[in-house]
Amino acid sequence: MPTDPDLKKFAESAFAAIEAAADPQSLEALRVRYLGKKGELTARLKRLGGLDPGRRKAAGEILNRIKAELNERIARRRSVLEEAALESRLDAERIDVTLPARGQRPGGIHPVTRTLERMEALFMQLGFEISDGPEIEDSFYNFEALNIPEDHPARAMHDTFYVAGGKLLLRTHTSNVQIRVMQRRPPPLRIISPGRVFRCDSDMTHAPMFHQIEGLLVDEGVGFADLKGILEDFVANFFEREVSLRFRPSYFPFTEPSAEVDIMGANGWLEILGCGMVHPRVLENVGIDSERFTGFAFGMGVERLAMLKYGIDDIRMFFDNDLRFLRQFA
Amino acid sequence: MKFSERWLREWVDPPLSTAELAEQLTMAGLEVEATLSLRPEWGPVVVGLVETVAKHPSSGDLKICTVSTGSGASMQVVCGAPGVAAGGLYALALPGARVGDSRALDAVTIRGVRSEAMLCSRAELGLGEESGSLLELKPPAMAGMPLDRALELDDHIFDLAVTPNRGDCLSISGIAREVAVLNSSKVRHPQTPAVAATSTRRREISLPVPDACPRYLGRVIEDIDVRRPTPLWIAERLRRADVRGINIVVDITNYVMLELGQPMHAFDDDRLQGGINVRRGRSAEALKCLDGLTRTLADDVLVIADASGAVALAGIMGGEYTAIDSHSRNVFLESAFFMPEYVRGRARRFGLQTDASQRFERGVDPALPAPALERASALILESCGGRAGPVIEAVSPGHLPAAPELTLRRKRLETLLGLAVPPERVSGILEHLGFRARETDGGWRVVSPSHRFDVTLEADLVEEVARIHGYDRIPSRRPDGRPAMHLQGPDPRFSAWRRILVDRGYFEAITYSFVDETVQAGLFESPAPIRLQNPIAEDMGAMRVSLLPGLLQALNYNLNRQQGRVRLFEIGRVFLAEPGLTQDFRVAAVTFGNIYSEQWDRSNRLAEFFDLKADVEALLTELRLNAESTYQPTDRAPFQPGQAANILLDKQLVGVVGALHPKRLSKAGIEVPVYAFELDAERLAVGPERPFAEFSRFPSMRRDLALVVDRDLPVGDLLIVVRASGGELLTNLELFDVYEGEGVDLGKKSLALGLTFQKSSSTLIELEVEAALDGILGAVQGKFGAKLRN
Repeated sequence: MPTDPDLKKFAESAFAAIEAAADPQSLEALRVRYLGKKGELTARLKRLGGLDPGRRKAAGEILNRIKAELNERIARRRSVLEEAALESRLDAERIDVTLPARGQRPGGIHPVTRTLERMEALFMQLGFEISDGPEIEDSFYNFEALNIPEDHPARAMHDTFYVAGGKLLLRTHTSNVQIRVMQRRPPPLRIISPGRVFRCDSDMTHAPMFHQIEGLLVDEGVGFADLKGILEDFVANFFEREVSLRFRPSYFPFTEPSAEVDIMGANGWLEILGCGMVHPRVLENVGIDSERFTGFAFGMGVERLAMLKYGIDDIRMFFDNDLRFLRQFA
Repeated sequence: MKFSERWLREWVDPPLSTAELAEQLTMAGLEVEATLSLRPEWGPVVVGLVETVAKHPSSGDLKICTVSTGSGASMQVVCGAPGVAAGGLYALALPGARVGDSRALDAVTIRGVRSEAMLCSRAELGLGEESGSLLELKPPAMAGMPLDRALELDDHIFDLAVTPNRGDCLSISGIAREVAVLNSSKVRHPQTPAVAATSTRRREISLPVPDACPRYLGRVIEDIDVRRPTPLWIAERLRRADVRGINIVVDITNYVMLELGQPMHAFDDDRLQGGINVRRGRSAEALKCLDGLTRTLADDVLVIADASGAVALAGIMGGEYTAIDSHSRNVFLESAFFMPEYVRGRARRFGLQTDASQRFERGVDPALPAPALERASALILESCGGRAGPVIEAVSPGHLPAAPELTLRRKRLETLLGLAVPPERVSGILEHLGFRARETDGGWRVVSPSHRFDVTLEADLVEEVARIHGYDRIPSRRPDGRPAMHLQGPDPRFSAWRRILVDRGYFEAITYSFVDETVQAGLFESPAPIRLQNPIAEDMGAMRVSLLPGLLQALNYNLNRQQGRVRLFEIGRVFLAEPGLTQDFRVAAVTFGNIYSEQWDRSNRLAEFFDLKADVEALLTELRLNAESTYQPTDRAPFQPGQAANILLDKQLVGVVGALHPKRLSKAGIEVPVYAFELDAERLAVGPERPFAEFSRFPSMRRDLALVVDRDLPVGDLLIVVRASGGELLTNLELFDVYEGEGVDLGKKSLALGLTFQKSSSTLIELEVEAALDGILGAVQGKFGAKLRN
């Protein structure tokens, strides 16, 4: 500390003023007052030149020490003040983080689409391609090529919608796609064909329009055991749990042997799909050598699987498009 | 087919419970859809023996009976039914029983006479239609026996879903054959000795179309009593098979059909003229059928004719005139084989589906007509008296279906199943099923039995072996193979579009592909839709020409259920007849209500045109298009003129967006504003992934321009010109304000444009920007008279 009482007083009052500065503006004013071009300490430094050289050095040292001290104290005080200012700003910016989010809330994909996508993803893992075909179809692709001649009693199983004034119909299954693919390309084939199908029937478990996925695998040496393996895998993965299932002999004109698959539900066995080994006549109809190649096909109702998965008991709900229903699958 | 379990068990009775038997049939391909217990809930109803019958003192119609309930007890019963006779066994409902109106029965006094119990009719017991007469029983029923036991009601009805290939299982005999195979047991065929002719009355038969009818047997039974009631055991079995009782003769032919599988027909022989001729129908010919409807014949319809003309549709239905009624005395029984190809489709063409046609079109065993005729003859003689004439058979052996010899290869069997079935098991299964199987080096040579029309190929034999051996014994394995990588997944546009629209607050809808034609026409006068010939409902009769009718219906459905904001989209096909049939995919959306769902802090507002335009552009962006989309005002239906635009890509129309016309909405029952868009996915191909383009690393400069133009000027046109005249230097253009009102002349609007300039090879200098701005200003002044706002 300086021994000069005047200088000591100056320094002490400056230090006190800096400590008392309430905001960065007053701090800056103090800095100008003491250290500015016309500042009080600056003036004292300027006056050093008037001292005799013997005293000048010592006085200079003292003044410079005070100057350094002032700078340091101002900087320290500035940082304290800035910190406090930030604190108080942040404090003012507090919000209620429990308020709900805002902006666009997403809608949702239809449960049938979700189910289809899930099924497609499972079969695509095994190299199945997805193929699509027309919904208004002719009788050849929907029936004859699939070994269902006109007037065959099996046609009565289909409750077909016919287009007025022509020979066209609404496809009753997506098997029409398989015929089109097999006509175009030789085996080996692994395809699934998802899409809308139509049957003239309506109650809790039947809608006049629904979705089906047909699968087809044609290769050398394919047997019923392969069909069983693939479908058991599918069912377990689709329902994400072990499901007991059984293969029950049935009849489809386009497969031989044919089977229906039931799974064990809460109230007993429930049919979920039809399948079988592709009928040799179907292969011949599309020019595939049925001696060399064998294959299997399966067809399942997407809504039916969705109903089982989500616990929906009326198929018609899928097509009401009631937002209270759709929202549940968002 | 429905049938009584007890009946089946008379033929074959494996040691299985009802549930086990049902399960076994189901797992052999004969699905039992339901089993229904017949055990009644009527309480104390017994067989009563009427001992005496006396007149009621104050009523001529009522009688007072003493009825024994066995072991010496008897009761006094007042009864009004005709025909009650002493010595008869009847159903007697005791106090506490619930019959008729199902109230618990109590002793009553009827016109001063006490009645302690009630004699019941079939209808009162729920066993048939009201006939006015009492249910009468025959021994071995005896007084005091509980009625359910006397009627064998400890029975189940099996409801069997017989697949179209298994016509041979539409009979007790056929089902019994299957059950026997599954249990390695034998069928007990009831003995049906031939009925000897005791009359010479006969009718000649000719078969001019032997490829359609190669076998026809007929027999006259004369002097029968058709008025007798059908024996209870036959009536009960018919009832349990859901076959309506008609009269004793028809009931017997139906019984034989259910038992053996041979559909038969009984004609009133006195109404036939001359010989029977199984011929083709004639084009001008008509026949009034049993159901009272007259049908016009054709030459591809096989008929039974006599000298007067057609008297029956072969294998489908008889004619009304020659039917058996209560006056018939003499009957001509038909038992024939008709080829499936000649019956198929005919019944449906006539709007019929009969038990006979159902069987003939699937195939009836050609060896059955003779035994069935004998069986029916015997039952008729036993139940209605009469004298049988000789059996007349017309047959063309060469036209009877002959089973070919099939080859079943052991290797093929193993390939198709993925399982090697032991050869002796294969032989055993085939033989048990009635096939003649001869083992050879590589497998078997097999001949089908005459009742198996469905087995014509090796694959059919494979199925027979597999189904009896048990599908559960076939192992599960994962297919070998060579799956290739491919890009044939779901349409990438559709999955992306779904996610974009979901993010923008839309829910996916799936609406029917067929719509109400009137509602659709209210939205779109044209094009004319493709119509269904047989819609399931009148309001589902036309194929949709747009996704909007279905979406609007779904929107309306939700409006009617208190939804204040509805945003729906659908991706699906629409169907157009002109110029040629097309069934292309579209994506469409409808929206009503606020842009956001209700929330606590955001200036919410109704969604409108430009919001939907943004949705459309989000969908288009996903396609990596090279062409710019442009929008042209349009008046097309069902949109509101002045608030709708055609969407064009490369000058090709790809869709439409806008407000729907209030009048059109009103026709669809909607009274709120709705905006919609619809894009034609067929014209929106995805572009290839674009290569990376180097971007400029030099600083950019931004300049804003305020232009005053005519109020009616489409801003889109101006922006195109700005962009074109800005050239390469103009790297971004935003319109950030549109203003009309104070400070801008009437009839004018002010547009604020933000322009960003940048050079790819060097830093821009002010002069270059000025030159570019001058170029732009010059262009818009020249083209649109635009002026800089002061």
